[in-house]
Amino acid sequence: MSTKKTEREAIFSPKNMKLITGPLNMNNPITVQVLGICSALAVTVKMKPAIVMALALMVVTAFSNLLVSLLRNGIPARIRIIVQLVIVATLVILVDQLLKAFIFDVSKQLSVYVGLIITNCIIMGRLEAFAMANKPWPAFLDGIGNGLGYGLLLIIVAFFRELLGSGTLLNYQVIPQSLYKAGYVNNGMMILPPMALITIGVIIWVQRYYNRTLIEK
Amino acid sequence: MYTNRYIFTYAAVLVIVAAALLSLAAMLLKPFQERNLTIEKIRGILSSAQVTQADASNAIPLFNKYIVKELILNPKGNILDTYTKSPKENAPAFKLDLKKEYYKKSHNKPYSLPLYIAQKDGKTIYIIPMRGTGLWGPIWGNIALTSNFKTVVGVFFGDESETPGLGGEIKTPKFENQFIGKTIFNDQGHFTSIKVVKGGIIKLPANQRIHGVDALSGATLTSNGVNAMLRDALKSYLPYIESHR
Repeated sequence: MSTKKTEREAIFSPKNMKLITGPLNMNNPITVQVLGICSALAVTVKMKPAIVMALALMVVTAFSNLLVSLLRNGIPARIRIIVQLVIVATLVILVDQLLKAFIFDVSKQLSVYVGLIITNCIIMGRLEAFAMANKPWPAFLDGIGNGLGYGLLLIIVAFFRELLGSGTLLNYQVIPQSLYKAGYVNNGMMILPPMALITIGVIIWVQRYYNRTLIEK
Repeated sequence: MYTNRYIFTYAAVLVIVAAALLSLAAMLLKPFQERNLTIEKIRGILSSAQVTQADASNAIPLFNKYIVKELILNPKGNILDTYTKSPKENAPAFKLDLKKEYYKKSHNKPYSLPLYIAQKDGKTIYIIPMRGTGLWGPIWGNIALTSNFKTVVGVFFGDESETPGLGGEIKTPKFENQFIGKTIFNDQGHFTSIKVVKGGIIKLPANQRIHGVDALSGATLTSNGVNAMLRDALKSYLPYIESHR
């Protein structure tokens, strides 16, 4: 060990910080990498499930990245996808069981989507693209970063859907009753999945308007 | 390059470790999860009896306060088991799995039915649990009746996978509150159940409106499921109701 030259990087070096901040904007898993769209449509009707889903996904990406990165030199290449799946599935079931035990209401709302984290493309994508070729700490940060990027988008979409669809935010009524009396109605369309897709589309549009480099030629 | 032997060993060890971890987690978390399911069931029962302030922390005390008796009935309406002890959530009637009983019923085997009796503000309320099928999956609920078994005190509905915003609306107070004060018997004493009426009860003759509620727009099949569930559940209890009202 001591013979190896250990050029230690600071834990939060600029390079490592980029792993966290990159996915928030320029390398966002949903709007730029176009991964994990379907769960983003399903769990964004209200803010609370969106936040919990984002946290659950962040925990799973971070720890599966960490574990796969720790094991990366021992994983036989021929069965690496299976190994990755076993690790991801184990973590997801753990998260699901914990939600069922401690935040039952939210787990009911998320229903099958927690289980579907297993098939969320963000996780497998990051494992293959990053964790298999990088050291554990950067891999862990990459998982956190992508989880945050996913969560950020989820929360933005859920904000608009809950506000316009139910008139509430985190289940608190924010649109005053007087407005309803004046003839305002909640937009039922916002509750349905197609509007989530349109909302994401609008976000992609706004993002590319401000970041011209993202526009494909 | 790895040998086949290495690959097999690797896979076996990985799977065994994962399995051990998951079984451990399942065992440790089971008591918490079962408690959540109990609370969920209790909230449904209380909500139909118009005790709506039950949340995770006070559901069990409230249940013990309001429920006075839990019965198990056979299809002929005879009482098989009466439970008045505390804690109420340990009653055999409460532990009865309606899904299994309805399965036995559909296969013409003997089955039993739970019935909850509550005391609220000096009045006796009978609470009948129900289970049926919606459009995409199971739906369930409870219907609470006054002591003469005629008037509805309240209902509660739940679903597994009805379309949010359409069929999923059956579990909103707006839909549920329509049932309050409706009757399941007509003036001649014949069983009528309560119908969820497409297009609204305005379409019914005036004397029928007391047995109907407005259907949800865009959710015809879920509404049909609610209809069938109410009719089937109430019908199974008719022998008991007829002999006690």
